[in-house]
Amino acid sequence: MMREMPDGATDDLLRVQNLVVSFPGATRAAERIEVVRGLSFTLARERLGIVGESGSGKSMTGRAILRLIRAPGRVAATRLQFDGIDLLALPERGMRKLRGARLSMIMQDPTFSLHPIMSVGRQIGESLSLHESLSRRERKQRVRAMLEAVRIDDPDRVAKLYPHEISGGMGQRVMIAMMLIARPDLLIADEPTSALDVSVQASVLQLIDDLVTERGMGLVLISHDLSLVARFCDRILVMHRGQVVETCIASELHRARHPYTQALLAAVPRLHETRDTLPVLERDDRMST
Amino acid sequence: MRKTGMRKTGMRKTGTSTASKPAGWRAWRAWLLDDSPGSRGQADAGRAYRLTAALLRNPLAVVGALIVLGLVLTAAFAPWIAPASPIGQDLSNRLMPPSSAHWMGTDELGRNIFSRVVHGARITLTIVALVAVISAPLGLIIGAVSGYFGSWVDRVLMGLTDMFLSLPKLILALAFVAALGPGIENAIIAIAITAWPPYARIARAETLTFRQAEFISAMRLLGATHTRIIIRHVLPLCTSSLIVRATLDMAGIILTAAGLGFLGLGAQPPLPEWGAMISRGRAFILDQWWVATMPGIAIIVVSLGFCLLGDGLRDVLDPKHDDA
Amino acid sequence: MAVRWVKDISAFALIVALTFLGLLAITFFIGRVVPIDPVLAVVGDRATQAQYEAARIAMGLDRSLPVQFVDYVLNVLQGELGRSVSTNRLVTTDLLRVFPATLEMATLGILIGVLLGVPMGVLAAVHQGRAVDQLIRLFALLGYAVPAFWLGLVGLAVFYAGLGWAAGPGRIDVFLDGLVDPVTGLLLVDSLLAGDTEVFASALHHLALPALILGFFSLAYIARMTRSFMLDQLAQEYVITARVKGVAEWRVIWQHAFRPIRVPLITVIGLSYAGLLEGSVMIETVFSWPGIGNYLTVALLNADMNAVLGATLVIGAVFILINRVSDLLYRVLDPRSRT
Repeated sequence: MMREMPDGATDDLLRVQNLVVSFPGATRAAERIEVVRGLSFTLARERLGIVGESGSGKSMTGRAILRLIRAPGRVAATRLQFDGIDLLALPERGMRKLRGARLSMIMQDPTFSLHPIMSVGRQIGESLSLHESLSRRERKQRVRAMLEAVRIDDPDRVAKLYPHEISGGMGQRVMIAMMLIARPDLLIADEPTSALDVSVQASVLQLIDDLVTERGMGLVLISHDLSLVARFCDRILVMHRGQVVETCIASELHRARHPYTQALLAAVPRLHETRDTLPVLERDDRMST
Repeated sequence: MRKTGMRKTGMRKTGTSTASKPAGWRAWRAWLLDDSPGSRGQADAGRAYRLTAALLRNPLAVVGALIVLGLVLTAAFAPWIAPASPIGQDLSNRLMPPSSAHWMGTDELGRNIFSRVVHGARITLTIVALVAVISAPLGLIIGAVSGYFGSWVDRVLMGLTDMFLSLPKLILALAFVAALGPGIENAIIAIAITAWPPYARIARAETLTFRQAEFISAMRLLGATHTRIIIRHVLPLCTSSLIVRATLDMAGIILTAAGLGFLGLGAQPPLPEWGAMISRGRAFILDQWWVATMPGIAIIVVSLGFCLLGDGLRDVLDPKHDDA
Repeated sequence: MAVRWVKDISAFALIVALTFLGLLAITFFIGRVVPIDPVLAVVGDRATQAQYEAARIAMGLDRSLPVQFVDYVLNVLQGELGRSVSTNRLVTTDLLRVFPATLEMATLGILIGVLLGVPMGVLAAVHQGRAVDQLIRLFALLGYAVPAFWLGLVGLAVFYAGLGWAAGPGRIDVFLDGLVDPVTGLLLVDSLLAGDTEVFASALHHLALPALILGFFSLAYIARMTRSFMLDQLAQEYVITARVKGVAEWRVIWQHAFRPIRVPLITVIGLSYAGLLEGSVMIETVFSWPGIGNYLTVALLNADMNAVLGATLVIGAVFILINRVSDLLYRVLDPRSRT
């Protein structure tokens, strides 16, 4: 189902300016540690990839946007705007209305991120009942339709199952169903395929890609896998130690200019590899400005 | 407070606290915290130092440790601390309220309650120490043997342990004392008989984790007997969990012993056992509340001390436990 | 499927039976293989040699130990626990009379423990590290450090003698004793069945303080365990998922995080209940409560071994049963163990 583009489709969906996420230091006297240091980017209804190693701050960015970071962590920004709404000024109740309905996030491992003792159908249905008032029958139909949309065969049977009774790939599809059923405008996918078997990764990503395109959503794809991000995104942000070191269009990735990105690219083996050894990434402070 | 793994934080500190200390102390500290210890002794000493330092960083654990230390010192120096004799009667001074002359008042026979409480610390410490000394090694050996040999030995021993674990400890202790007769020795035996199962379980669990370890096989290859392996290698590895468990159990042992004393089944009069003192004070609870209340407060303080210390030890020695 | 059920139940029954057998062995051991001469306890020390011998044979003490044990087990299984030396009634009769009193007090105690302990544990976990958490933890810690009998005494002194809020020792006001038919033995139930509100009120009034004290100890344990379980759950990823969906925080806590711990909590509550039955021994002594604990301690002081062992057996059996059933319930109810 194609969503009609609102007027002014070039309006940015998400505007982030100077995002800082900090946590307390090791002792009370120590300085706060900034895991995201002054991140800025804008997102229209396009697919943006955020790449980086563990600890680069990419996951924290996603959680900060959804305002999921609780004390003692602190989120600050010059601007954090979603579709014109100032997210930082919004009270928690307002934020809750947005979460799930307009902004959503898929997490890495469905084994842990799905509720262990609630049936699949019930978990997906909850997303719906939180934001739309529907009769039980309507809700069941929507859940079934969504399960079909994520390409799960026999949706009625699967809806009654518990997460430990389904495979990883199916679990991630359930997660996608749960997070997209209320028709959000923006989806943040935090390492959506890192916990899956390689054989399943491609199909799940393709699914995300298709759904996002179909619904005209914005997508932020967070990953450590550069080639994956290059394949599925329009633009790429490379993060290192809490800061963006490179922004580029996906198709131009091979022409990256920052030494860190170049080093990342060089460290990936190619199909027709001629080098004897892969270069090791030198991490030094010159890489982050 | 949620405690994160403390083991790794005992590393070299660059704080300013040592700057003002004399060079000798700093040299000692450096030796203790050396990353590559030269001898077994140095490694052991260093570990002890790190653990103690970690323990002392926890204020509640420090409180617990101080209380336990207080108990030990009070018991050791009771005759010097107590202002009067614990058994000397002075009927002209019966049932006096707490005052500067009698800090905790006097009981129905005119005895100074504070003195009795202080001397009672000896009894409490004796009971607790003896029960621990009997039950912990007993449980340890049963558990270690069970875990080490496996197969039918394990099944039989663990069946026995599980059975004892399913039985009500206090009731059994009561029944044993009933059969053996009242008295402090019988109380100790009765409590110890029911206290060993948890240690067996812990020792077995620990033993199982490294039963298949290569160093055990290596020892076997070198010709070590099972006994030697168990005593010299398996048992030492179980000690830290056992110390934690024993400390945590102390509160329960103190309460059980006091309960037995309350029922007249523990230390017999005129011994100033705290539970028995509460029992004596029961008749006067309404008007002369101090006779029964003071010993109770002593019990609470000492039990709390062991609980706090045990919690602190657990955080330091077993950082992966559930934060209960 | 059905076959698995049968296997599970029979394994369960076997374990319970073996444990009970072990308990019997211990009580037999205490009863026979200990300093006190059981024959003397029955015939008295002024009996003649002939009377002594006759009693000895009648009690089966001339047979070998294993045979004696089998006799003992068979007797117990038939409800034959001997005769109490002090009350001169069958121990079984006595126990049937006193057990409901303990049951009533312990049940009320566990209700208090659960109704207060679970929310306290959840509250402490949700506000981990803050003042509420520290306070609750300290309060719960006291439950491990305070002697029950002392608390009972102090409670009586303060709330009965001092403030007059609580009723005095005993199960019911003296002049109301015996007015209601003992259908179940549980005064609250019996008085309601008889429609006698005065007896009900008096019984409740007398139950209040001892049940509250038992409730305190139960609460300490339950709150501590609940807090531990909740902390584990609140650290899980699915809690974040719930927040991402936009679930309200109180629902996240109670409908999402609390759910998986309901079953382990049943085990905890079962263990606490068993513990209360055991702990009632001390409380009953202080409150002159005519329950099984009091019966046991009085028998102890009278060296009435039949009564002591009989009471030990019953308390032990109930203890074992509650423990094992809680265990079984856990395995049965957890959906994750079903596959």
